[in-house]
Amino acid sequence: MIWPYFVPQSLVLQVRVMSLTRQEVEKIAHLARLSITEQEMPVYVTSLSSIVAFVDELSRADVGAVAPMAHPLVGQSQRLRADEVEDTDRHEKYQANAPQVQSGLYVVPRVIE
Amino acid sequence: MLHNLFIGEQADLLARRQLSSVELTQHYLDRIARFNPQLNALITLTAQRALGEAAAADRRRSAGENSPLLGIPLIHKDIFCTDGVRTSCGSRMLDNFVAPYNATVVERLQGAGGVTLAKANMDEFAMGSSNETSYYGPVRNPWDTTRVPGGSSGGSAVVTAARLAAYATGTDTGGSIRQPAALTGVTGLKPTYGRVSRFGMIAFASSLDQAGVFTRSAADAALVLQVMAGFDPKDSTSVDQPVPDYHAALQMPVKGLKIGLLKEFFDGLEPKAAALIQDALALYRKLGAETVEVSLPSLPLSVPTYYVVAPAECSSNLSRFDGVRFGYRCAAPKDLMDLYKRSRGEGFGAEVKRRIMTGTYVLSAGYFDAYYLKAQKARQKIADDFKAAFTQVDLVIGPTTPTPAFAIGAKIDDPVTMYLNDIYTIGANLAGLPGISVPCGYVDSLPMGLQLIGPHFSEGRLLNAAHHYQLQTDWHRHIPRGYES
Repeated sequence: MIWPYFVPQSLVLQVRVMSLTRQEVEKIAHLARLSITEQEMPVYVTSLSSIVAFVDELSRADVGAVAPMAHPLVGQSQRLRADEVEDTDRHEKYQANAPQVQSGLYVVPRVIE
Repeated sequence: MLHNLFIGEQADLLARRQLSSVELTQHYLDRIARFNPQLNALITLTAQRALGEAAAADRRRSAGENSPLLGIPLIHKDIFCTDGVRTSCGSRMLDNFVAPYNATVVERLQGAGGVTLAKANMDEFAMGSSNETSYYGPVRNPWDTTRVPGGSSGGSAVVTAARLAAYATGTDTGGSIRQPAALTGVTGLKPTYGRVSRFGMIAFASSLDQAGVFTRSAADAALVLQVMAGFDPKDSTSVDQPVPDYHAALQMPVKGLKIGLLKEFFDGLEPKAAALIQDALALYRKLGAETVEVSLPSLPLSVPTYYVVAPAECSSNLSRFDGVRFGYRCAAPKDLMDLYKRSRGEGFGAEVKRRIMTGTYVLSAGYFDAYYLKAQKARQKIADDFKAAFTQVDLVIGPTTPTPAFAIGAKIDDPVTMYLNDIYTIGANLAGLPGISVPCGYVDSLPMGLQLIGPHFSEGRLLNAAHHYQLQTDWHRHIPRGYES
């Protein structure tokens, strides 16, 4: 028995060998604003490579001339509402969750020298 | 035993004043104290609050109010914001986050008199199929505590299966209600996209996320959905459409119902699992339903499509966690970039970071057309396949998962194998369709689920078909050993 790794083979697409380089993963991590430690890096290079190889099947699939689907409900559009104030000022309650606040402002490291 | 009663039966006792909500609540709190240490199904216990809500529900009953969920204890997945209570989403990032408002789902169930016992453990930011990615540790399956309960709503499934609450809320982005329901032997309903408000539900993939419920029967799910469903102006994708009477829908006959057997779900399915589905089909035929084979030829594209669309949306949604306004902030940041990178790098777990990076990659310059745009087209093809199938049949049927619960640790280091576990559930999310999983027997002494998927807004039909199955079978009455009394 091959279980627990059993998956119906008819639903598994042929996966092409693809790999991302360490430099590519470093660039992605920077774009995503994520610090990745030295120990973590090789794990991400391997696992992201296998994920990209897996989803790369899509780039070769023939999907014809269908329009891209952005939303699952046909005919729904974004509603508009009257431009009226609905929320009261609750900044004190919201800012109770902030890591650092001073005079109602969020404090971050100096940006302009 | 109080905890083995269905919601309707508990409500009857409450209505006849043979039981108080305070007694029922205390009964569940005692069970939580006894069983949760071995299951790790909860992140935050709200016992004092629950007893207060129970007393308030009893007062409402005394004043003559009589509604089915009044005074019935529940547990919320920790993805729903609960005013004044920590809402962690299973992440270190939100370990210190006390929600300043209620999700609409919380608000509605509270309004109906629901008593919130606790917040349930879950995969971090709902990203996972085994409940092993939680910052608070894995949840264990009551049928075998060396196995996973499924995910991402693993805690919600387990509290329902172990009878630690009468019902529990969950969310389903790629199967996160139906898959854990199947692996723990309970009923799990994922409504149509837009049927239940997403306001105050921490976003993972906004075009796929939908709130739903874990119960022990379809009849109970009808009672809860009745309260959860409906238009909410606070959610821009909430659908303004009347909510039908789901309890009345249960009574419709199954005779004449046309059920589609999904060809792609059966090719190569393990014989023991396939036999359970065939038994269910035979039962439906006995009840007068017609069964025909239908095909969804684009279905093999659903998992890769999902693992482009969902990470893309997650990379955008999770950019709000920046260490500035709320959530985790790293110690002693040297500049703003360092604050962003280390707060996010230290605050998120491995699977969340992996998905953010996958999403960032597929949306980045040079890859957008090959991956994201292609996935959106494949998504349309999958939705079209379902639409074509529903011109021939009222609903489609198949297994919820290919296998029963796997061992904790078995797949956690291999993301692609883990992702394939969602192979039967993802299609409904991509097409925005409602689905339900009900227990249908065992493979190797572990519960398996029967999945029904219907057209948009066919929740009444799905609950009806599931209810008639449960009138003829008793799988949904089975209790994991050790949790009976």
